[in-house]
Amino acid sequence: MPSGATNQEAATGLPPVAASLTNAYVRFGAFTAIENLSLDVEDGAFYTILGPSGCGKSTLLRLVSDLIPAASGEVNIFGKSTEEARLAREFAFVFQDATLLPWRTALQNVQLPLEIGRKRGVKIPISDKSPSELLDLVGLSGREDALPHELSGGMRQRVAIARALVCKPKLLLMDEPFGALDEMTRDHLNLQLLKIWKETGVTILFVTHSIPEAVFLGQKVLMLASHPGRLREVVDIDLPYPREIKLRDTPEFTRHAAYLRELLETC
Amino acid sequence: MTMVDKADPGEVENDEPTELALIEERKFEKRRKIEAFVIPIGTVICLLIIWQIGVRLFGVPTYIAPAPSDVGETLFSQFPLLLKNFWPTLFEAVLGFITGNLAAVLIAIAFVHSKNAEKAFFPIAVFINTIPILAIAPILALIFGSGLTAKVMIAALICFFPTLVNMVRGLQSVSPQALELARILSASKSEVFWKIRLPSSLPFLFSALKIAATTCVIGAIVGEWIGADVGLGALILDATFNYRSPLLYATVFMSSGLSVLLFAAVTIAERRIIRWHT
Ligand SMILES: Nc1ncnc2c1ncn2[C@@H]1O[C@H](COP(=O)(O)OP(=O)(O)O)[C@@H](O)[C@H]1O
Ligand SMILES: [Mg+2]
Repeated sequence: MPSGATNQEAATGLPPVAASLTNAYVRFGAFTAIENLSLDVEDGAFYTILGPSGCGKSTLLRLVSDLIPAASGEVNIFGKSTEEARLAREFAFVFQDATLLPWRTALQNVQLPLEIGRKRGVKIPISDKSPSELLDLVGLSGREDALPHELSGGMRQRVAIARALVCKPKLLLMDEPFGALDEMTRDHLNLQLLKIWKETGVTILFVTHSIPEAVFLGQKVLMLASHPGRLREVVDIDLPYPREIKLRDTPEFTRHAAYLRELLETC
Repeated sequence: MTMVDKADPGEVENDEPTELALIEERKFEKRRKIEAFVIPIGTVICLLIIWQIGVRLFGVPTYIAPAPSDVGETLFSQFPLLLKNFWPTLFEAVLGFITGNLAAVLIAIAFVHSKNAEKAFFPIAVFINTIPILAIAPILALIFGSGLTAKVMIAALICFFPTLVNMVRGLQSVSPQALELARILSASKSEVFWKIRLPSSLPFLFSALKIAATTCVIGAIVGEWIGADVGLGALILDATFNYRSPLLYATVFMSSGLSVLLFAAVTIAERRIIRWHT
């Protein structure tokens, strides 16, 4: 299915765009949470989003995922409105806490998106991998029948990732998904996420409050500033993939991290 | 055998203490479980003995306070009579339980879907709840006559309010995050209801049902006091007016047994249905 983005590429020679925001504003009453944000998210890329607490990182993801409307400006996802994209399951969302349904087993939680919207004749894209293969992919084979309370925080988050992948999203929105996990688990899941990104080719927007995590994962870091929330800078992270944990000990990594830290302090 | 032991002495050394500890722990667990039963039962037996001795020692007439042995004897000799009166009360209580809880659940669903329905009817529900059941029972008996319906309605009414309140809370207990997930999946209202709201409400529903399991018996007995010739409530009145105290005590014992039975049934259902932690 040729999307608007591919047409655009043919016409202009620019890389295809997964999501594009044009002069987007978000307001809560009189409060402006996002001001005049314009951004093209390159298809297939890994973006990490950094910014001071309360600057509108979650709001940005919620805007893109049609959870909140833009006060003005335009948001497009693969050339569609956010609502059309939501109905077509173009994107999936991973929250900070896994948001699993506690009465469903790991496998049943992964299957949930497939059970919803089917009766209304909405055409839902389905991953080439079955729900249990997706659980394998996130390293949870053998735990299909476990209930969420029987799993650790890291395992629950992996179930949430498998659930996000089950409808073969083209855009994956992740709001501090590993923020509540211990460092070892977080490292492990970072590597796993990079592997999934490479295998599926999905575009990822990943909010984090950890500078090392932002550098380690992202091709580009979107630095947001607060009062009001706006895009401060897009920082390219020119470190090659596949990335390994020891990359963090290299001078290039440290240089990127130091630059971002400085930037963050002035946001 | 010896060869293996020699070949791998470390394993033996490692395993034995842990296994011993495990056995110790199991013994301890078992003892705790036994204690949990033995202590209360022992206390009850002691109290019964004191009661028995006290009644005999002070020569209290049987019609004022029968000795436990008299009650036990009646429980045994009058068992057919007790059972004959047990079934109607069970039937009324269970029918009332089903009617009252079903109505409460359906109205709770209506409340959650329509704020106006809640605004219109919740104050009425609160008002009805403030009327003592003993005061409202004669009214229901006037409306529904002296048959089965009045007893079932009284039992239903007494179950209704706690379940309504709990069910409304349960249906609203869904986390905002789960609702955002549903929104991102473009779930319809009915999908949100069946897949998210209803299952989340079940723990709340069951805690209300456990209350209802005992109160519906009270409702049925109160209903029988207003006018009935069978049932545990009728037997209680009959035994009281005829100074058949041992029979009265035995009937009260049966009533409490009925409550325990219903409570146990709900608890078993809860354990089977709710396997998750909240
Ligand atoms: N639903 C809402 N109503 C009012 N204000 C909100 C709402 N959601 C977020 N905000 C405000 O918008 C700002 C950005 O919030 P958020 O996007 O959650 O920040 P963060 O970057 O920490 O994720 C904050 O000041 C927050 O108080
Ligand atoms: Mg946030």
